[in-house]
Amino acid sequence: MEWIRNNLITPLVEQLFPAAVHTHAVFTIETVFKIAVIIVPVLFTVAYLTYAERKVIGFIQGRIGPNRVGFFGFSFWGLGQPIADAFKLMFKEIIVPSGANKALFIAAPILSLAPSLAAWAVIPFGDTLVLADINAGLLYVLALTSLAVYGVIIAGWASNSKYAFLGAMRSVAQIVSYEIAMGFALVGVLVASGSLNLGDIVAAQNGSMVHWFWLPLLPLAVIYFISGVVETNRAPFDVAEGESEIVAGFHVDYGGMAFSVFFMAEYANMIIIAILISVMFFGGWLSPFQGILPDSVFDVPMIGTLLGEGIHWLLVKTSFFLFMFLWIRATFPRYRYDQIMRLGWKIFIPITIVWLIVVAVMVVTNMPWWFD
Amino acid sequence: MIKNTARYIKSLFLLELIKGLRLTGRYLFKRKITVQYPEEKTPQSQRFRGLHALRRYENGEERCIACKLCEAVCPAVAITIESEEREDGSRRTTLYDIDLSKCIYCGFCEESCPVDAIVETRIFEYHGEKRSDLIMTKEMLLEIGDQAEEQIAKDRAEDAPYR
Repeated sequence: MEWIRNNLITPLVEQLFPAAVHTHAVFTIETVFKIAVIIVPVLFTVAYLTYAERKVIGFIQGRIGPNRVGFFGFSFWGLGQPIADAFKLMFKEIIVPSGANKALFIAAPILSLAPSLAAWAVIPFGDTLVLADINAGLLYVLALTSLAVYGVIIAGWASNSKYAFLGAMRSVAQIVSYEIAMGFALVGVLVASGSLNLGDIVAAQNGSMVHWFWLPLLPLAVIYFISGVVETNRAPFDVAEGESEIVAGFHVDYGGMAFSVFFMAEYANMIIIAILISVMFFGGWLSPFQGILPDSVFDVPMIGTLLGEGIHWLLVKTSFFLFMFLWIRATFPRYRYDQIMRLGWKIFIPITIVWLIVVAVMVVTNMPWWFD
Repeated sequence: MIKNTARYIKSLFLLELIKGLRLTGRYLFKRKITVQYPEEKTPQSQRFRGLHALRRYENGEERCIACKLCEAVCPAVAITIESEEREDGSRRTTLYDIDLSKCIYCGFCEESCPVDAIVETRIFEYHGEKRSDLIMTKEMLLEIGDQAEEQIAKDRAEDAPYR
């Protein structure tokens, strides 16, 4: 980063801007560059997550999934599929229904994608690798993941269609109920780590695999993951989409790029949830071999870097939880609506409250391993 | 009481769900059953009922004697036959049309034929771009019969013991 700032951005700014705004210009361009470095891989991952999903679900169902579209005449296990899909959707017409509220109809997909991209600002990829190292990172994440529901509500409302409206209402009730359990799970993390800064939360888990918060906060981790599945409207909690009952739920009337933005938002949210679980409960960028192997191993070149802490462990953990999303989708049938409500209000919220007290007791009594 | 407690524990620790995940997890690594169609094909029965054909005797004489049994038995009324006496005094068809857009591929025409003239072949990869493409005339049917005769004869011979 230093190198890029000194050798690329600064000379460029000195050429283009008057001296008075140099520092601001450098800062702005640098930030935009950092954002691009995060967002471009995220969108790429979103595209290939759709491919992974089709492949994994296909494999679980005894099929082989997409395997035709490739590059330069070679199929490459169908790796060209997401790109072909993206181009197809780009060239399709966006039809705005005549009864729809046009402005809101167009704004809804943007409103659902933007928060899930904005949440990436506070995700710590490594010790210093974070775009915005703010102190209330956890609150910011909670706020943004909750904001995504407005896209769904507005889409359902603006479409002026029964199915879309039904889907939106279901989604609202569902997300509002699970928001509480999710919030409590985050409070558990907050109590355990004593910080709202995501980087500090990871640092608090330093030690070894058993020092990670998944062990003392196991019920909260499970509940956070399940609530994450609910928040992203994924199977088995996809009543908002409810293909077999209300066609496509809140996005029935969307087509082309507007539809694909909703689609991207869903997958971006999945990635956010997966990465947040890795950060808050599974030690983020920390290595699982830490504390097991002797420290001298980490000084060995190559192998030490690979086994030691770093962004690659965060990616491995995130990929595992993304796979769990797909695995769960391929396994379970959709919950009935009242079952979802029962699970949220009568099981998750009591469990989280009880475990919050357990965590508080553990912290106050300085329980060994985690809180001593 | 104990039963209830066991049930609570079972659902609290998501045991049933983990069982389900294990099952699908096993299927993830099982052999895939997909048949990749244009390159691979599923096996066909010798009784496969595909595109129709009219057969000939080995001396080149067409088998069909215009008895019109197939026309009568056809449940979809897809077959149209007109006949006339030939110079040598034998009765032959002058028109033998099958409308493939009506045909339901039931195989009754083949069953009813006393001289094994009309048969259904294993050919199933054909298409028409307009409706008239799907009306098979006598000439077209005879041509298909000439081309596929080897396979047709083999299938009839294999199936003969079961008839």
